[in-house]
Amino acid sequence: MLNFVEKLGAYVLYYVNEAGRMGIFLFFSLLNIIKPPYNKIASVLKQIYVIGSLSVFVIIFTGAFTGMVLGLQGYNTLTKFGAEGLLGSAVALSLIRELGPVLSALMVTGRAGSAICAEIGIMRISEQIDALECMAIDPYKFIMAPKFIAGIISMPLLTALFDVIGIFGGYAVGVGLLGGNAGAFFSSMQSDVEFIDVYMGFVKSVCFGLLIVWLCAAKGYYVHLERKGGFGAEGVSNVTTSAVVLTSVSILVMDYFITSMLI
Amino acid sequence: MKTDSEIIITLSDVWKSFGTQTVLKGINLSVIDGKTTIIVGPSGQGKSLILKHILGLIKPDRGQVLFEGKDINAIQKKELNEIRTKIGVLFQNAALFDSMTVFDNVALPLREKTVASESEVREVVDEKLSLMDLRGSNDKYPAQLSGGMKKRVGLARALVLNPRIVFFDEPTTGLDVALSNEIYRFFFKTQEKLKYTAVIVSHDVPKIFKLADYVALISDGVIQDCLSPEDFQMSSNPIIKNFVEATMGTIYSSEAMEV
Ligand SMILES: Nc1ncnc2c1ncn2[C@@H]1O[C@H](COP(=O)(O)OP(=O)(O)O)[C@@H](O)[C@H]1O
Ligand SMILES: [Mg+2]
Repeated sequence: MLNFVEKLGAYVLYYVNEAGRMGIFLFFSLLNIIKPPYNKIASVLKQIYVIGSLSVFVIIFTGAFTGMVLGLQGYNTLTKFGAEGLLGSAVALSLIRELGPVLSALMVTGRAGSAICAEIGIMRISEQIDALECMAIDPYKFIMAPKFIAGIISMPLLTALFDVIGIFGGYAVGVGLLGGNAGAFFSSMQSDVEFIDVYMGFVKSVCFGLLIVWLCAAKGYYVHLERKGGFGAEGVSNVTTSAVVLTSVSILVMDYFITSMLI
Repeated sequence: MKTDSEIIITLSDVWKSFGTQTVLKGINLSVIDGKTTIIVGPSGQGKSLILKHILGLIKPDRGQVLFEGKDINAIQKKELNEIRTKIGVLFQNAALFDSMTVFDNVALPLREKTVASESEVREVVDEKLSLMDLRGSNDKYPAQLSGGMKKRVGLARALVLNPRIVFFDEPTTGLDVALSNEIYRFFFKTQEKLKYTAVIVSHDVPKIFKLADYVALISDGVIQDCLSPEDFQMSSNPIIKNFVEATMGTIYSSEAMEV
């Protein structure tokens, strides 16, 4: 019994501690974005390439199929009510408000988030971060800030790409394949999609971009403090897995709260 | 002999444990400005750990680390960074940035910490790299280098800002004899010229004694003594005596007895 209480206490303490250091990490990363000297454009561009450009293919692919399945499901459901003219707005609204931001964020977590976590984790265990500190180069400025900027810039762009590709995917199936009305598809979309919908999608994508970089980078940065971390390559692999899971769950939780605030 | 004004770094009663293992059990050590202090001792005794404490990378459980009289764990980050810019560090594993080329590794401190133009950077980096006999490796990545080459890139990086203080953790371990002799000669030359303060962890006894102004032996979690190389070899401390005999053979100690 005492043993159980002890374990529970240690557990709680560990997670309070982890939450604290993640918060500190976020604070210093954001501080170093706005604090001069500013990051070199080249290092930010490199991160935009890594997080953004390299994710374009997977975003196009998942966007197209998401839109296509929405077209398929939407057309079949809407015809039951004789409302197939609303297909365009149904596809566009689900993509812009929900699926675009969430699915692109999940894809980027898997593709770039894991890479960020592993890269920083390896820098930590091979003492590269210590070496930076010894040169009086702030790791928050040198490593984190460019990644945060890149995440915040890349995510909305990737989401927009996902939305557009998805809408055309829905069009291809709903209109091209199943023979819905092309004019109705676009006119319903035009009349039903409002500024608040686009705004909501944008806010979500920015928050998710921040969230991905924050959680994945912080997990890697503190790999040596992980409770069940293991050491060396195994430690990095464990922390990368847990970073991806944590980020994915947080995206869905955060999605609910942003929606409830903006709806 | 050691007056306060000459002391630049002091560790006083530094303790450090990891879990149940107590590694440092009250380290007392003074580093004298402009002199070379060598830390020797068996593997796993905490030599690298001492360097990390002086750099403020690890906080002691108990005790203080003073740099020019200031406790480095109590000062502002800014002040700590000012101290760190004066120090050039070679880590035991070199700790090169593995996604950067050799050239970029050595150039990083110049690019981040000075306003040098790219052509000046190139000039200084090329000079340091050729000093370390690394011409032609500019565009290689650390993973493509041998252990000894990594060490030398680490040395070039540590020296690129001409630091006033250098910490070298086993600078010649893994290098062949000719090359380590070359590096010792280089240390000797630059030390004479620049009068920097050096703290070197090394297993290269007795060769390293030629460079040393002071030799400190760590054993059982404490610094047994910090003496000039001559005094060190003649020390009556049984642990030091054992170490001297084990590393240099009995010739020296029997000589000592005959004298
Ligand atoms: N971060 C750490 N976590 C746990 N143990 C450590 C850590 N750093 C060093 N140690 C332990 O401290 C001891 C001294 O290590 P080190 O300073 O690297 O020895 P050396 O004298 O060979 O340089 C070793 O026994 C090592 O296991
Ligand atoms: Mg060591």
